[in-house]
Amino acid sequence: MAVLKAQKLVKKYGAREALRGVDFEASAGELVAVIGPNGAGKTTLLSILAGISKPDEGEIHVPQGDVGWVPQQAALYRRLTVEENLLLFARLEKHSDPQASTEEMLELTGLAERREEIVARLSGGNQQRINIAIGLLSRPSVLLLDEPSVGLDPRQRARLWEFVAGLAASNGTTVIFSTHDIQEAERYGRRLLVLADGEALFDGSPDELREAVRREAPEAADQDFETAFVAFLHHRGH
Amino acid sequence: MRWLLLKDLQILRRSPLQAFLLIAYPVLIAVLVGFAISRSPEKPRVAFLNEVPSDARVSVGTSQLPNIGVSDRICERVECVHVKSRAEAVDEVRSGDVLAALILPADLVDRINSLSTPSPSTPRVEVIVNEEDPVKARLVNDRINSLLTQANLVIARRISVEGGKFIGLVLNGGQFSVLGQTIQILGLRNSARILTALRPALPKGPLRDSIDQVLQFTTLTRTNLGTAGTLLTRLTQPIAVDKEVVNASTPPLEVFAIAVAATFTLAFVTVLLVAGSLALEREENAFPRLTRGLVSRSALLTEKVALGVTVGLVVTLLMLAGLALFVPLHWGRLGLWLAAIVGGGAGLGAAGAALGAAAREVRAVSLLAFMVTLPIAFLSLIPSGAVGPALYDAIKLIAALFPFKPALQAMTGALDPAGPSIIGPLLHLALLTIAYGLLARFALRRFTAV
Repeated sequence: MAVLKAQKLVKKYGAREALRGVDFEASAGELVAVIGPNGAGKTTLLSILAGISKPDEGEIHVPQGDVGWVPQQAALYRRLTVEENLLLFARLEKHSDPQASTEEMLELTGLAERREEIVARLSGGNQQRINIAIGLLSRPSVLLLDEPSVGLDPRQRARLWEFVAGLAASNGTTVIFSTHDIQEAERYGRRLLVLADGEALFDGSPDELREAVRREAPEAADQDFETAFVAFLHHRGH
Repeated sequence: MRWLLLKDLQILRRSPLQAFLLIAYPVLIAVLVGFAISRSPEKPRVAFLNEVPSDARVSVGTSQLPNIGVSDRICERVECVHVKSRAEAVDEVRSGDVLAALILPADLVDRINSLSTPSPSTPRVEVIVNEEDPVKARLVNDRINSLLTQANLVIARRISVEGGKFIGLVLNGGQFSVLGQTIQILGLRNSARILTALRPALPKGPLRDSIDQVLQFTTLTRTNLGTAGTLLTRLTQPIAVDKEVVNASTPPLEVFAIAVAATFTLAFVTVLLVAGSLALEREENAFPRLTRGLVSRSALLTEKVALGVTVGLVVTLLMLAGLALFVPLHWGRLGLWLAAIVGGGAGLGAAGAALGAAAREVRAVSLLAFMVTLPIAFLSLIPSGAVGPALYDAIKLIAALFPFKPALQAMTGALDPAGPSIIGPLLHLALLTIAYGLLARFALRRFTAV
């Protein structure tokens, strides 16, 4: 059963159409990757699902107040400590026991021992973990991650995706993340939504995408997946 | 909202340079203003060398005027630094210890006395100044001119009084001392009385006609000399000043100076802090996360203005406490001070919020806040009559659109026991707070762009 549903979403920035009638839905525990080149409309779609911006047309059905959002750039206070950041957002979310929620997130992110460190002194990977932890504070049934692995080294990326996959698998959290890294999407996404120039070109599993690429761009079928995917986009006129 | 306020105060505490500047700046302003007020500009330091012999007296005719105490009179007007020689006076001026040096030469009184002789010479005093900058030069010139005018006036009054005595002597007769001898003067009135008494005893003829001519002359002279005394007095000050105060609410200079310093501090602390902390929400990418349902935009703006008012209140009170070391302040009016600071802080904070919402980065916002606040604060201090009427009207309009002027008026009214009510400025500030709050709320739409 779909926990999140969007129909015919249209978003315009001036004369430019960032989204052109996109349909999308996700079920509980799904791990969905939204992929596409720069300017495809990935961030716009996620920001609409998160309630940050409103669509010009279309409908959206999301669990009220139950969507965690993790923006591309860490949205936290760099001059506060790890604990102070979590505690602040737990208080703003009016948790009955903000300290307990903070402790839980510190354990979950593995940052309990670094709780008193100023965020600005942490690595980009650890900052992103706090960023995600803040998004998870409300224990949302849907978590939206906008390019969460940007700026992370391979080891940090691996830890991040292990953490995110664990959320979907063990907690039943629906995780929707955007990325422009095709291999990362193929590896960690259970379902892929391909966007290009505001249009949804494909919605299915990684294997189904490979099959579609092979079918529509056979000349690139023997190349690596990224090259084949670019050929697929080209074949679709993007 | 209180958690956001606490968060902003924590961030402020974590920025030692910012926190230091917030405290150091008003303390520095307080000390500077305090020194400026306690070292009254009405009494500049002047090196003074009086070479005039102590027994020298200004003479009028054959009589000497009493000692008019030139040294004392000068040292009432300036802070005299007595020196022993001209070289010492020059050194004092060159070193900057004194604003100027005034030397009364030994022959000053002789030259004044020569004015009533056939070969008069011009009395001169020597002034030594260090005109290293034009403002200082103008100040010194104004002071010296004022002192000389005062001295000339004192001498002229003495001369007129003595002259009046001589006229009285010619008119009414009396005793006159010269070279240790007392001479009896008959006077015109007595002469006329004697001649009038003698006239009937004389037969009609040329002798009696001559006496009539002399009597006619004495009557005419007495009448004209009678007005000469008044005329002589008026010559010393031909034009009298009839001053009417039409706006009696002008505060004492030191109160106004303190109000200016306090409002400057409040303006900079509040505008910079509110604008900076609002821009920081954007720079830290926290704004979209906060306004997703955790905090409304209006609540966020209110929190920022509250932050500015809180810090502005503490810093301004600290500054006033610092100034109280130099100038007695009326702590009994603390309630009015608080009202003025909170009202001013709210208006200035709202203006800061509008600036903070207009720019994207903290650095750009800081620069913008300085570029807007500083010139408007200075414009608000321009008095009427200092510029042309049309320009002043434009300045008045600009100053009324920014909260600095009403905040200054409220602060002045709160500090001055005889000052005007602060209700008017507070209402003005309330209107500006609402207007800038709405402007900031509108500008925050730009923050939403992801």
